[in-house]
Order: sequence, then structure tokens, then C-alpha cells
Amino acid sequence: MNSSISEIDAKVVCYHCGNDCKDEDILEDDKHFCCSGCFTVYDILKDNNLCGYYDLNANAGVSLRAKNFKGKFDYLAEKAIENELLVYQDEHIAKVILSVPSIHCISCFWLLENFPKILKGVFSARLNFVKKELSLDFDPQTVSLKEIVELMATLGYEPQINLESTGKSKKIDHETRKLLFKIGVTGFCAGNIMMMSFPEYFNLDLANKLDATYQKFFLYFNFLLALPVFFYGGSDYLKGAYYSILENIKGNNKILSVDIPIALGITALFLRSSYETFIPQTAGYWDSMAGLVLFLLVGKWVQTVTFNYLSFDRSYKSYFPLAVKVKNNGINYKNVNELKKGDLYFVHHQELIPTDAILMEGNALIDYSFVTGESNLVKKLKGDIVFAGGRQVADQIELLVQKPVSTSYLTQLWNNDSFLKEKEIPTTELANAFIKYFTYLSIAIAAAVGIYWKFNNPELLWPAVTAVLMVACPCALTLSLPFTMNTTMSIFGRNKFFVKNQGVIQQLSEIDTMVFDKTGTLTEANRGEVRFAGELMPDEKRLVYSVVSQSMHPLSKLINNYLNGTVSLDVNYIFEVKGQGIEAIVDGCSVKIGKLDFVKNELAESQNSEVHVLIGNEYKGFFTVEPKFRTNWKGLLENLKKTFTLALLSGDNSKMSDTLKPIFGSQMRFNQSPQDKLDYIKKLQKNGHKVMMIGDGLNDAGALREAKIGIALTEDVQAFSPSCDAILDAEKLEKLGDYLRFSKTALNIVKLSFLLSVVYNVMGVGWAASGQLSPVVAAIFMPLSTLSVVFFSVGLTWLLARYNKLI
Amino acid sequence: MEVIIILVILAILIAGSFLLAFFWATKDGQFDDTFSPSVRILIDNDRDENKSH
Repeated sequence: MNSSISEIDAKVVCYHCGNDCKDEDILEDDKHFCCSGCFTVYDILKDNNLCGYYDLNANAGVSLRAKNFKGKFDYLAEKAIENELLVYQDEHIAKVILSVPSIHCISCFWLLENFPKILKGVFSARLNFVKKELSLDFDPQTVSLKEIVELMATLGYEPQINLESTGKSKKIDHETRKLLFKIGVTGFCAGNIMMMSFPEYFNLDLANKLDATYQKFFLYFNFLLALPVFFYGGSDYLKGAYYSILENIKGNNKILSVDIPIALGITALFLRSSYETFIPQTAGYWDSMAGLVLFLLVGKWVQTVTFNYLSFDRSYKSYFPLAVKVKNNGINYKNVNELKKGDLYFVHHQELIPTDAILMEGNALIDYSFVTGESNLVKKLKGDIVFAGGRQVADQIELLVQKPVSTSYLTQLWNNDSFLKEKEIPTTELANAFIKYFTYLSIAIAAAVGIYWKFNNPELLWPAVTAVLMVACPCALTLSLPFTMNTTMSIFGRNKFFVKNQGVIQQLSEIDTMVFDKTGTLTEANRGEVRFAGELMPDEKRLVYSVVSQSMHPLSKLINNYLNGTVSLDVNYIFEVKGQGIEAIVDGCSVKIGKLDFVKNELAESQNSEVHVLIGNEYKGFFTVEPKFRTNWKGLLENLKKTFTLALLSGDNSKMSDTLKPIFGSQMRFNQSPQDKLDYIKKLQKNGHKVMMIGDGLNDAGALREAKIGIALTEDVQAFSPSCDAILDAEKLEKLGDYLRFSKTALNIVKLSFLLSVVYNVMGVGWAASGQLSPVVAAIFMPLSTLSVVFFSVGLTWLLARYNKLI
Repeated sequence: MEVIIILVILAILIAGSFLLAFFWATKDGQFDDTFSPSVRILIDNDRDENKSH
């Protein structure tokens, strides 16, 4: 106990967010706060009696240091923009769904669901923790959306509002719901049919009048229950088969859909059972049919399961602001989509420029890393054209729209063909190859059996033929694929490799060429190795350290890390010129660090990754920051090189080509624009290669989309990633080879389970052809074969994953 | 009518009411988010009102 107290004494942490109270320390109620933002939140919570927030998790808050929301959400006051975001509204109630990325723990959950207690006018707040979405109902007369959003931001839960977030886009997944309904109905019917089929199996004595009544009752009842199974539960398969046959007859399509043999099987079951029910009045195969449809639907549902907290389909829209401040007879706000040529608008510090425009006023210093992947700052003068997608690093600027958002230079990429058409997902491609022979074979066997019995024992003709079609239904076959792929997906998920859907795993196994982006993919995004060219004395180091430790600039932070361990001195005066450098007086000595022209105060060219140092009046040299390659990148690439063709596409210059040459050889391209990258992939694929692209930024978006498989690499899987087929956590990059190998394994498991199900089918057909398939045998044999195939494939997948050390 | 027949019909009706409940739950969106409610139930609604500050 004592030691913990002294620990607290030694290091004061913020009661709200748990950060060090190094620079600032606000004391209130015996609690420390690291900044006024954190203190404000505590104050609000205390006033509303919501301090339980801190009981659930100590120091649960989101750090609010260096956050300033003033004026940031003013655009929400504009009615048209507010309406865009609302899901529903009338006079008394408005509903909105806000995406809140900073939700991370149970305290967040509790606080946000208690939002009505903090803000008057909010009726209810419900949080979807997985999707990180907060649904709010509020009274538009008492409180406005702007006030809600501002309070949320103050509390540290700033909602993410961008061009893509409109109330209308929050659609309910109707397809999945429909499937759930079908599973519910079919499950209900299947269970009851099974129950009612039992008496017949236990040999009712039909001579007994009582037993005979029951038998008839159960028979007709089963028939009634089977109707929704066949017509509702099985409707997708019947329709699918119908269209597939139609397409084949028309000659549009040569592929036989897997729905055909399934529909054939279900229909055979239905007709044969109806006949049995009404003509000889004996038990049909109702339970087999209902069980089959239920299994198939469950398999279909498994196929749709995905990581729904991740977003795989993001366009430029999710990067762009929803509204900008526009100047026309006064100041108001306008939806970015509605900007026209000739509009004049403002972009603030750290905001993204949404359109191609001419700079009218202000000091533009633009970071195009979104577009190029390289953090080069570009300086623009009045009258220059600025392109959409840049981030303004200096102060407020005024821009004149040249082209609306949808046709700007950046968004042109998204107008490319590869974005307009839906990417093809081969969910059943593998099964289809099988199904073709399967369908013909089962029809041929059925015909052969029919001919045989016609001449030998015509009475057995129809029983045998229908039995063959029933047994040949490829239920196990269609289920093994989704279940194996689903298992593989969750194994990959555990390894922080998130694939969009099951089809992606299949495509992974077919890849022969891999294309890498450099910056942020092979190298770490925001880290680099710092070196100093020149010489710094220990006391000079102290001066530089004191200056950089005051700055939030990424380069300052890197140098700060590099000089770590130096003692900090008192800074008398400090001034940071955004995008240029810092001038300061430390311990009476003047220090200037930053760009060469800034430091020397004369025109001079310098690299962006260089930080020059001037102490007093003496130029001391410069720091360089070299991109740092990811751990074991060489090992990974050398390994992959054995099986795949590798290529590199970089938006950067060819400075690093010597390091990369041994691996990529001549397959390296530098200074590539997003369009160049897309075209390169397109060319490769035209030559018959199956390409996987691995990139990290918006600048790779086109290539990621065009490639057969696009993998987005990210430091934080919850963060923004461009449209892709899979998201890979950056720290797992070195295991990429293992994942590719395992996707092949998964496909082999599927093939093996296909084989197993064929064995079952041969056994079943043997039985059926003899005309001896009784309803009881069918009711036991069919589900058993299906379940055993599913267990086999899922179990084998887990076992092999363990063997390959993936779990 | 034999009694079992009546019982079977009754049983189906009761089971059918559960099927309707399932429909309602699906329509209501209860299967859209299966994680948050498991957290929500662990949080006391009135933890602060009961506590003396």
C-alpha cells in the first residue's frame, strides 16, 4: 500500500485520461488533471452525477490535450447539412446515428448511454459497441445536432462526420434478415416434421383404427409443414436453378449453377413425398427435405458472416469533410457535393482540400501524402492551382472552386472502370467446377437406373429414380466450402489478417504476382532513423532538445526521441512557423531549426526530411530522417520471391533503389502517381498474371481496387484504410507468406471434403438405385453425411492451423 | 377427435408463437448487434443515485 502511494507521488497521472501531468497540473477535489480539456470533462460528469465513469475503469478518458473544437462544428447549424445527417425527424423527435471511433471501453459505453442525463433534450442514446455507432433520439426544439456533437467532442468522443456520413446511408441489412427469417421458418417446420415422423418409424399398427387415424393426421400435418419449407425456405435455390437453366438455354452462360442439383434434389424429395402422402398414404421423406433445406440455409448464413466492425469499402468520400465554409453574400456552410465552379470557400489548418481550386488568399502549405503517399509539403502562392486531396498545414486559406468534387483530379481515379464495376467474388467458383460433372453424372445415373428398372421391375422405376436424385443432392458438398472458409477467416482474424469475405481466401491461393508499395508498407509510416550530419556539442544538444520537446511536429518528435536522455533547459521564447521551422531563445541563446531557407533566411533548396540547425549565428548541420524498414522485411520478401514474382511501386523518388534492387531486380518503379499504379496492375493482369497489391494509403486505392486481391496494411485496423479486399495489421506483415500458404491448405481441405461427400453419395446412390431407400434410412443417412463432412472440414482446418502455428 | 391430435395442434400453436417472437426480434434488429447488450446488462442504471458523494 505504502509503495503504491509513493509511486503516485513520484508520477502524477491525470485522473481523467491517465496521461502524465508533466507540463500542466490542475488540482481539484484532490484529483490531478493534465489539461483543461480533461478537467472540463470531469467537471461536466461531476455536475451530472456521472462519476461512476471513473469507477468502471480508472483513468478511462480520452486525452484532450491540444484539442480545440471551437467553430469546428459550426457547419452543423446549417439546416440543410443537419438534415443530411438525420435519419428521421419531425417536430418533436429527431434521430441520428453517429460514428464514434474513440469508443474503447466499458466506461465509454456507460457514459455515452447516459448522454440524456448530461444534455437536456436528448431522449435516448444507444450504442452499438462493435460498429462504434451511437444512435441518439432528441428533441429538435430543445437541442440542436451541433450542440450534441460539440458536447460529445468536449467529452472526448468526437463523432466522425465526413462526406460519406449521411442519414440515408445507414441501411439495414435486409438480405441477412431475410435469411434469418427463412432459417427461423425452416427450423420451426423441420423440428416439428421430425417429431411427427417418429410414430411412423416405430411401426404404427394400421389395422388398429386409432393408430390409422393418427397416421393420417401426422401425414397431412407434415405435408402442411413442408409447404413453407419448400416454397419459402427453398425458394432461393429453386429460383437460382431456374435462372441458371434459362441462361444456359439462351447460351449466355455455360456454367451450371450449384443451385441446379440442389433444386433437383429438393424437388424430387417434394414430389416423391407428396405422392407417398396422397396416393399410397405412407410416410414421405419430409424430414429429410426439411433438414436438408435447413442445413443449406445455415451454410448460406455462415457464408455471409464477416468482420462487420471493419470497413472494406471506403472511397475518397470518407476522407473528405461534409461541409465547408463558403463566402457568398456573407458566410454560410455548404455541402461539399454541392460546390460549383466559382464558389469561394475556406480551408482551415489541418483540413483537407475537397476540390481542385485556385488559391485566392492566405499562405498555402499543402501536404499531399494522401495522394502520393509521401509527406512532401508543397508551398503554393496566390493564383496557383491546388488539387483536391491535399491537407492544408498552415493557417486558413481561401479557395476558388475550379471543378466540383466528383470530377476533381483526385476523384477521377474513382471514376475509373475498376471502381464502377463491382469486384467479382467467386463464392462458388470452386464448387462450380465440381458441380458440372456432378450434375450430369447424377442425371445420367438416374436415367440409367430408370432404364434398368423399366425392363426388370417397372414398379420400382419411379421410387429408384427419385431416390437417386434425392441422395445425389450435393448438400454436404455445398456446406463444406462455407464452413471451411469461415473457419479459415476466423483463424486469419485471430492473426490480425482480416479478409473481406470467403471468396478472398480462394483468390489468395491463386495469386502468382505480388506488388508492394514502399512508403508505409515496406517502411514504417511515421518512424524513421535519425542521423545528424555535422557535429553537436553536448550543450548544443541540450539547446536543440529543449526546442524540439516543445513542438508537436512529427520531425520534432523524431529528433526528440533521438536526443532522449538529454536534460531540458528553460525556453524563454519560442515561435513555430508552420511548415517552416521553429525559432526560439533557450537559456539566452538563440536557436533556429527547420528548413534550410528558414534557418539561413535566404533562398535555399533542402530536402523535406532534413532539419537544419542554427545556433547563435553559426550553422551546425542538419538532421536527416531515413525511412525505417519494417522488421524482417528482407526475410519475408526473399521467402516470397521463391514462389511469387515481386514488384515494387513507389510514389517516392528512387533514392532507396540500391537497398531494394537485390530483391526486386528490375521490377521497380518510382515516382508513380495513383493512376500509374492502377495502370501498372492492369497491364500485369492483362498479361494473365494474378496480382496481389499490398499498399497502405489512398494513393494505392486504385491499384488495390484493380488488383485481384488488394491488401491494405495498417498500424491500426480500426483506422481508415482505403477500399480493399483484406486488411492486414502492419506488425503481422512478416507472416504474410504463412497466410498465403494456409489459404492453399484451406482450399485443399475443401477438395478433400468434396471427395468425402462423393464417397457418401456413391454409397447412397447404391442404396437408392436398388429402390430400397426407406424414409427412415434417408432421414438418418442424409443429415449424418452432411454433418460428418462439415465436422471433418472444420476440424481439419483447426488442426492444420494449429500445426502451422496460426493458433 | 383424439386427445393427442388436440395436443399436437396446441403444441404447434405454442411453438408458432415463439416463431412469431423470433420474427419480431429479427425485425426489431435484435440480431443486428449481438455484442452491446451483453455489456449493457452489466452496467447498473442507478449506480450514482444510490451512492452518497
